[in-house]
Amino acid sequence: MESYYHPHDLSKFAEMGQGNKELWEKFFAYYSAVFADGALTEREKALIALGVAHAVQCPYCIDAYTQSCLEKGSNVEEMTEAVHVACAIRGGASLVHGLQMRNVAQKLSM
Amino acid sequence: MTKTLQSRANPLAATSEQLRVLNSVAAAAAARIPAFATKMAGAGLDPLLATGITVFQINVGKLCNQTCAHCHVDAGPDRREVMSQECAELCIRAVAQTDIPTVDITGGAPELAPCFRWLVERARGLGRHVIDRCNLTILLVPSQADLGEFLARQQVEIIASLPYFRASQTDAQRGEGVFEKSIAALSKLNALGYGREGTGLQLNLVYNPVGAFLPPKQEGIELQFKRELERQHGVVFNRLFTITNMPISRFLEFLMASGNYEGYMERLVNAFNAAAAAGVMCRYTISVGWEGTLYDCDFNQMLDLPVRHGAPRHIREFDAAALHTRRIVTANHCYGCTAGTGSSCSGSIY
Repeated sequence: MESYYHPHDLSKFAEMGQGNKELWEKFFAYYSAVFADGALTEREKALIALGVAHAVQCPYCIDAYTQSCLEKGSNVEEMTEAVHVACAIRGGASLVHGLQMRNVAQKLSM
Repeated sequence: MTKTLQSRANPLAATSEQLRVLNSVAAAAAARIPAFATKMAGAGLDPLLATGITVFQINVGKLCNQTCAHCHVDAGPDRREVMSQECAELCIRAVAQTDIPTVDITGGAPELAPCFRWLVERARGLGRHVIDRCNLTILLVPSQADLGEFLARQQVEIIASLPYFRASQTDAQRGEGVFEKSIAALSKLNALGYGREGTGLQLNLVYNPVGAFLPPKQEGIELQFKRELERQHGVVFNRLFTITNMPISRFLEFLMASGNYEGYMERLVNAFNAAAAAGVMCRYTISVGWEGTLYDCDFNQMLDLPVRHGAPRHIREFDAAALHTRRIVTANHCYGCTAGTGSSCSGSIY
């Protein structure tokens, strides 16, 4: 079936360097540094990335960081909680904008 | 409960079929999954040569009280292959001729082989360090009630399988209820002094990924295991070894049935690490099968790939000097030992 998303495209990510090698290399160096052990462990960072992947709904990122979380020793229970964190923030972000609705409605109403 | 490939007459019970599958994926996707020898040649490691023998590994047979989903031996309660006393005596005679420091006994559940305790006592009598690769639940089998005491008395190092610190993952790989029994066995070993500071009784655990992915870094997951096992169960141990699942036998069956085979092979190839490849265990190990045939490692043993290239092929003809610099037999399953930080019977390679 035709689709904008193809799983095998994930392995071609580096082809983005062909349009502008310098920018790609800068991005990749930064990306690698971000995910290295630091104040947070690689495992913790992979769980954050998994949550963010769901928030931005990137199928490539979900595929990559599901595998990454498992390979860093996380379990499905921890990964599910990371997705719930993303869900709570997305849902909360919608709900908190309800205050704008209330403010506008209040201003317009008698 | 999982059954052995052999009892189900699964085509993968034949090693020729496993090798056909391993070779065909490389042929079908040659650009992404090159033959292992080609990859090793690129790293300047073909041919791969032994560097000596520091581990004398004896696989005493395929009989086991468990039938784990990832087992590379296809071991189980229905298997009857077991080492004879005569073969065990040839093993000890060979060890006695050498200064090989470590005798590593595996199976199946090696403790079920009638020659197991004899081998332990004789190897210890020769002053060698002895390892028992233990599945833990064997310690709860009534006929093995005194096993823990025996191993402690002989100062045997125990390397025990526990793929995760939670029941759901462990039971998914090793069978329903195995986690709970494993914890009971670990508590029993702790009570004997195993895993405790100052006793000299080494208790090391083995992590295997519960699925088609690579293991995590050994130090990080060891900390998690130590924290969780002590906090939740009061269990302590010395070290955790991470081991990559080999794409052979029952794990190969899982990979094929779940549609993960090609992806897993590609993952292993993409994670090929020349430094890990240079330190693979076959370079310093000799592996003896239950019937006395010599192999470069336990995985080659399970694929019926004995030592070649002029090396003596049976324990009867054991010749340490001829085996020290032998050329190692490799095939595409060897990618399992060279991926990431590498994998060996003693965990990650570096």
